[in-house]
Amino acid sequence: MKAIVHVVLKKDVLDPQGKAVEAALQTLGFGEVSEVRQGKFFEITLDGHREDASARLDRMCEELLANPVIEDYRITIPDA
Amino acid sequence: MKAVVVVFPGSNCDRDVAVALARCTGCAPILVWHGATSLPPCDLVVLPGGFSYGDYLRAGAIAAHSPIMRSVREAAARGIAVLGICNGFQILTETGLLPGALVRNAGLRFVCRPVDLRVEGDSPFLAGFTPGECIRFPVAHMEGNYQADPETLAGLEAEGRIVLRYVDANGGVTEASNPNGSVAGIAGITSASRRIFGLMPHPERVIGDELGGSDGRRFFAAVADALA
Repeated sequence: MKAIVHVVLKKDVLDPQGKAVEAALQTLGFGEVSEVRQGKFFEITLDGHREDASARLDRMCEELLANPVIEDYRITIPDA
Repeated sequence: MKAVVVVFPGSNCDRDVAVALARCTGCAPILVWHGATSLPPCDLVVLPGGFSYGDYLRAGAIAAHSPIMRSVREAAARGIAVLGICNGFQILTETGLLPGALVRNAGLRFVCRPVDLRVEGDSPFLAGFTPGECIRFPVAHMEGNYQADPETLAGLEAEGRIVLRYVDANGGVTEASNPNGSVAGIAGITSASRRIFGLMPHPERVIGDELGGSDGRRFFAAVADALA
């Protein structure tokens, strides 16, 4: 099965890259943009049952994919 | 003082710090590859600067799970001193040996220049300087912006564990003197035990006047005296 993991900086952590992208979009004329937060996206292919996978993916995020000090993560397992 | 320098794929200050240790302490360190599973007997473990694993994922994140890091954690738990410089500091926060995290510089640029630093608190690593003294080491990093949650910061302040701050020529912590946006101008912190020290600036790059300064020489000589 495939799982999708999004990792983003926590709301109160400054995201200078997102700010730079936001400013660039506004310069390009996309004035409706009020905020950009940049993050990471992982597409993970793994074996096992869906129920077990969710707990294992949680551990993967806690131990490596995200730094819980500064980042939040979201796991999605799309229906095959 | 017996020192070990851990070499990760992508470390690039390992030789510099080895030379600095040899010249300033009179005792050459042992270089240990990250894939080793045990450390030789030592008084100090140094995690050097560089770009371990190309800074993939997050700076220091992959190195934090290198085989040798299990031994480094065990050594730290036994009270062996651990020094993390630049990427080494990032690795220490990623392993949880030091609190907080080092994120992208607020100015989004790689910063490479000498900075003025104020020494605070008591740490065996800064025994060569008097509290309040201002010294100068160079920085060279893209992810040196120290961040921690308010409780962690309050704890670090209360326990006197913020031992190096970026300051201006008058010793004041100002926005202009802060090269990367670090909260409270933090350049270096210690563990509660004072035996683990992480800093972004590079003392190994200023070990003689021909290199632009000798505060680094004082740093390593005093570390050897304090830890021997």
